Amino acid sequence: MSEDQQSPSRRRLIKNLFFVPIGVASAAASVQVLQTAVAKPDDANPNPYRPSFFNADEWRFIVSACDRLIPHDDHGPGAVELGVPEFLDRHMQTPYASGDIWYMQGPFVEAAPEFGYQGRLALRDILRLGIKAIDAYCARQFAGKKFSDLDVTQQETILKAAESGRLKLDEISEKMFFNQFLGEVRNGYFSDPKYGGNKGMGSWKMIGYPGMRGDYIDWVEVRDKPYPIGPVDLAGRRG
Amino acid sequence: MAIVKDKVDAVIVGMGWTGAIMAKELTDAGLHVVVLERGPDRDTQPDFSYPRVVDELEGSIHRKYLQSLSKETVTIRHGVNDTAVPYRQMGSFKPGTGVGGAGSHWSGCHFRALPEDFLIRSNMEQRYGKKFIPEGMTIQDFPVTYEELEPHFDHFEYVCGTSGKAGVINGQQSEGGNPFEGSRSREFPLAPNPNYLGAELFYKAAREQGYHPYPIPASNASAPYVNPYGCQMGPCNFCGFCSDYGCLNYSKASPNVCIMPVLRQRKGFELRTLSQVLKVNLDSDKKRATGVTYLDAHGHECEQPADLVVLCAFSLFNVHLMLLSGIGTPYDPVSKSGTIGRNYSYQNLNRVSMFFDDTVQANGFIGIGGGGTVFDDLNGNQLDNAKAGFVGGGVIWARQPGNGPVRGIATAPGVPNWGSDWKKGIKEAFRHSFYYEVQGSCMAYDDAYLSLDPTYKDGYGRPLLQMTFDWHGNEIKGSQFLVGKAIEMCKSLSPLSMKGDAKKDGEHYNVTQYQSTHTCGGAIMGNDPTTSALNRYLQSWDVPNVFAPGANAFPQNNGYNPTGMVGALTYWTAKAIREMYLKNPGPLVHA
Repeated sequence: MSEDQQSPSRRRLIKNLFFVPIGVASAAASVQVLQTAVAKPDDANPNPYRPSFFNADEWRFIVSACDRLIPHDDHGPGAVELGVPEFLDRHMQTPYASGDIWYMQGPFVEAAPEFGYQGRLALRDILRLGIKAIDAYCARQFAGKKFSDLDVTQQETILKAAESGRLKLDEISEKMFFNQFLGEVRNGYFSDPKYGGNKGMGSWKMIGYPGMRGDYIDWVEVRDKPYPIGPVDLAGRRG
Repeated sequence: MAIVKDKVDAVIVGMGWTGAIMAKELTDAGLHVVVLERGPDRDTQPDFSYPRVVDELEGSIHRKYLQSLSKETVTIRHGVNDTAVPYRQMGSFKPGTGVGGAGSHWSGCHFRALPEDFLIRSNMEQRYGKKFIPEGMTIQDFPVTYEELEPHFDHFEYVCGTSGKAGVINGQQSEGGNPFEGSRSREFPLAPNPNYLGAELFYKAAREQGYHPYPIPASNASAPYVNPYGCQMGPCNFCGFCSDYGCLNYSKASPNVCIMPVLRQRKGFELRTLSQVLKVNLDSDKKRATGVTYLDAHGHECEQPADLVVLCAFSLFNVHLMLLSGIGTPYDPVSKSGTIGRNYSYQNLNRVSMFFDDTVQANGFIGIGGGGTVFDDLNGNQLDNAKAGFVGGGVIWARQPGNGPVRGIATAPGVPNWGSDWKKGIKEAFRHSFYYEVQGSCMAYDDAYLSLDPTYKDGYGRPLLQMTFDWHGNEIKGSQFLVGKAIEMCKSLSPLSMKGDAKKDGEHYNVTQYQSTHTCGGAIMGNDPTTSALNRYLQSWDVPNVFAPGANAFPQNNGYNPTGMVGALTYWTAKAIREMYLKNPGPLVHA
């Protein structure tokens, strides 16, 4: 789907997510960022989420990339409207994202891909470094433009190239970054709404997941009709 | 200076299945037992209560109920001349931690081994000649027989409230069970669970191929149950949070549900959680253990003297402790001598996914860990190994432990990983696909073993355990053979599409993909102290007041989930300790 097919409310939603996070306004690189990134609450989104982990440039990348990876379309809601950027910003501040359950001691050596990531970066650093490297790549290829400045087709081309390792970035394996990033976007899209994404259980409704019902004994042997009950989340809300 | 605790009769390392069984049996015998568990205390209430436990992000991404790799992990390499690197992110296998251990987050498949699985080398040699066993394959007969273990298999199933259908009782065939199984002394404690769609269709597909399908013995209770210890279980409600999760419903058998309620009330039982055992202490000639050294919850070094030391950690960490403590001689793959670390084996697991249209209500979110359908026609003596071209065998089954979208949605061939077409693909697949799996045996080899890593250290400054393992031609052939049979079977269900993943020729072990937590061997039981770490009672040949029950004792791994066998072996060991060792402490077998 291209930008011009999107509804006005959808464009507004995306635009509202471009703003300067608290505390990093002075670090914002250019006047342009300041002008386009300040959020103006409106009826559709009176209290836009303000990131505290990602800086303005990273946030712009994340919103654009989420919109490419899981776009809004006829199949169901997209990652941006379900709050996946908010999920990512919050999730990167958990012990998990700083390597809490990974073995993080050196020496760090090269190994075949069958052995998994062998570097010293934690998940949140992988995301940060990858975003920076891809933005830098875009700036080199597109006369100073960052990933979020590119059009939809260009963004998709970049993501496909990252997925298949064709960017040949020096700073980080873009394949590894892409896989970690995509995994996190999916986690945000599908996790319980309490983590900031999957607002209104939108992804669960789309695929027909009853969420946290946790009791299906009455439906194990039913064959002739679809499971009829909508989702429930950890807080007990019904979707 | 270490804090020296009062001496006890027995110290047990680890509070999972083997630790709980041992603690129960040894306190039954009147011993004063201390259990040291590295992880936290856990119980159904409050840790596994609804809804807190049914959180996919916590359970399957943060892996809340599994071992963190930050402090303890292993290093892995494919060959003896390679340099091992750490298992940094959890993938291929998932050890547990805390009270219940892997026994709290397992699925519940509760098999017995076949009688011929115990005699694999002699059986293969007898059926196909000595030359049929490839060079370098170091399989051994178990030093116990099925018949010796039968009472213990039986008892463990009754402790677990295993739901199933017997195929052979006291030598008589019984309709509906596995006709090829070893004879049972009685029926399962509970009847099989109801069938979800994939399990029901498995009966049809398997019978069309002439196979003999039966319900997977599942330690997921099909009805209210009280076990021989008086512990109560409730019927499984197919919540879909089994593997990776503790049971919210007292349905899945676990140490927490089936044994701990009794143990916790016992005077002779003391549980110390957050207590990391660093080593077994030996006397100067390394023939006797004097106790263990551990770090308590505050990080203070403590010494727990004991007459008897029972290693009940996860299989890999039992071997680690033996190597760190200097129990026995480490295995050397060059001279092929030494015993500790020898014969590490794994499990040969592959999956075939099937995708259907939206009239097929597979509902993969409905799940039960151990329930499903399986057959043994390509396992044990039913398989013509000469024709199939490999040593061992395996089972093919329908399993549906329960899936949610964070755990991943398999998509049909050709579906991309993101974008609108991915959304379409997951929407089509989520409720309308299911999978069958092959679980093959994994033989032991002279170049697959466990040792201490020369470079990497754990969070306590000790060398990490090093695993040297790769797929051998025999297992790759086995995978291709079994997956081929599974695909033939799946075709009869006419799915819109299928995805199969048999191992390819020359394929290497990939630690990033979850396959199975059935890590076996490394401190194996045997009749010969030059080729086994433990005697037939799982007693160390070298330090006779150390016992090490667990899957570490398997000389090789058969085509079944190990827990049934691990439980039976632990009761077998406990009986030997109670009836023989305590009367006359010392070696129970004289080599």
